[in-house]
Amino acid sequence: MRVNFTVNGRPQEADDVWEGESLLYVLRERMGLPGSKNACEQGECGSCTVRLDGVPVCSCLVAAGQVEGREVVTVEGLADYAKHREDAHPGGGCASGACGTTLDAAKRWQSKPTDGQAGEAAELSPIQQAFIDAGAVQCGFCTPGLLVAADELLENTPSPSDQDIREALSGNLCRCTGYEKILDAVRLAAARQEEAVQS
Amino acid sequence: MDFLRPASWEEALAAKAEHPTAVPIAGGTDVMVEINFDHRRPEYLLDLNRIDELTEWEVGQESVRLGASVPYSAIMENLRTELPGLALASHTVASPQIRNRGGVGGNLGTASPAGDAHPALLAAGAEVEAESVRGTRLIPIDAFYTGVKRNALEPDELIRAVHIKKADGPQQYSKVGTRNAMVIAVCAFGLALHPETRTVRTGIGSAAPTPVRAKEAEAFLNAALDEGGFWESGKIITPAIAKQFAALASGACNPIDDVRGTAKYRRHAVGIMARRTLGWTWEQYRGAGRTLEGAA
Repeated sequence: MRVNFTVNGRPQEADDVWEGESLLYVLRERMGLPGSKNACEQGECGSCTVRLDGVPVCSCLVAAGQVEGREVVTVEGLADYAKHREDAHPGGGCASGACGTTLDAAKRWQSKPTDGQAGEAAELSPIQQAFIDAGAVQCGFCTPGLLVAADELLENTPSPSDQDIREALSGNLCRCTGYEKILDAVRLAAARQEEAVQS
Repeated sequence: MDFLRPASWEEALAAKAEHPTAVPIAGGTDVMVEINFDHRRPEYLLDLNRIDELTEWEVGQESVRLGASVPYSAIMENLRTELPGLALASHTVASPQIRNRGGVGGNLGTASPAGDAHPALLAAGAEVEAESVRGTRLIPIDAFYTGVKRNALEPDELIRAVHIKKADGPQQYSKVGTRNAMVIAVCAFGLALHPETRTVRTGIGSAAPTPVRAKEAEAFLNAALDEGGFWESGKIITPAIAKQFAALASGACNPIDDVRGTAKYRRHAVGIMARRTLGWTWEQYRGAGRTLEGAA
């Protein structure tokens, strides 16, 4: 079966997709986007978290055929996605990136794909930078899912409480860090975001 | 395998009539796990994501008609007043990612005894709106669960919505698990006070082959509250009544030993949850305002 959908702002087509295939498999194996990690394949670990029409979901539990015509943002597109949000909605956010933006902003969003493989030389989103600065990355396997989940939290809850952070990340397992540095990273990104809004 | 993508509810019903073995997929949080692990290879997958009305709800005079695919996150956010028990139960489902996809229709379709929504539906009172090309029928929730992962649906039927009685009093939900997030219930208990009819209803999860009500416990409590004039006076329920209610709730279980817990533990825990949820709701009823105590 053929599936057409938008990934990180670019229309994509996947051919010969098996009917029982997950969105995660299509992203990793057919589109060369290995950022979303394949760990549990049962929605327990959150490593494969992506935004589907703006909503964080486990891509391992979305059937590929269900994303026909829809918009997906993966960790590879997170920096561009955050940039678009900053340009089009300073201090706030839109759900899908498919909002009423200016033509100019829309063009910039569409026409600046990241490398797609490892994101070399690509700009980082604020949450990615905060993870680095706070030392929240150890083995890195859970990091992409955490980044996508944390970015969505900061989009909808600009000044999250610790409880908000814990709840937003409760579907993402990390076996290295003990979570403390990850919580620090989200607090750091939130603080920087607040500073940016105030200045 | 074939992937059926109906664009409308009518098309979905027609597809289900033509292919009764088709497995409906909405949030995918149950179905995709089975496919990923090779536990299930359905002939047809019937995608319900393109049918918008399944994600809508209507608040009526008596009840809420909740579309089968309304995600748990939307229930938590929008229906806390009308459906407090279900909103609390929704909050205990897995993780934000799962709550963004999963809904009550899937819980009912899977009909696992451990489904988080069931005790809340049983306690509130609900009817499942099942539809096929032959027509629509409302199945009382008490008659819906027919066995372990079995329900009263005919092969050509799909769940369109569930009609849940709007709360006329406090409702609570309690769930036992090893941690707060990402946990299948070891056992769960829902309790709803219905001051208008002066009755109490309950629901037990994961402690019998199907979700069940603790009917003897309800009957005992209803009689005791009535005889003691508790509804009028709003006085504290005596410990002896609460204790007997808990014991009867425990007795309503028919659990098994499994990896998540022993039958003995489940019976014990259900009794504890019954007593606690009764205490919490009764405090709310008396106006002491311990509103969200027990929210997981």
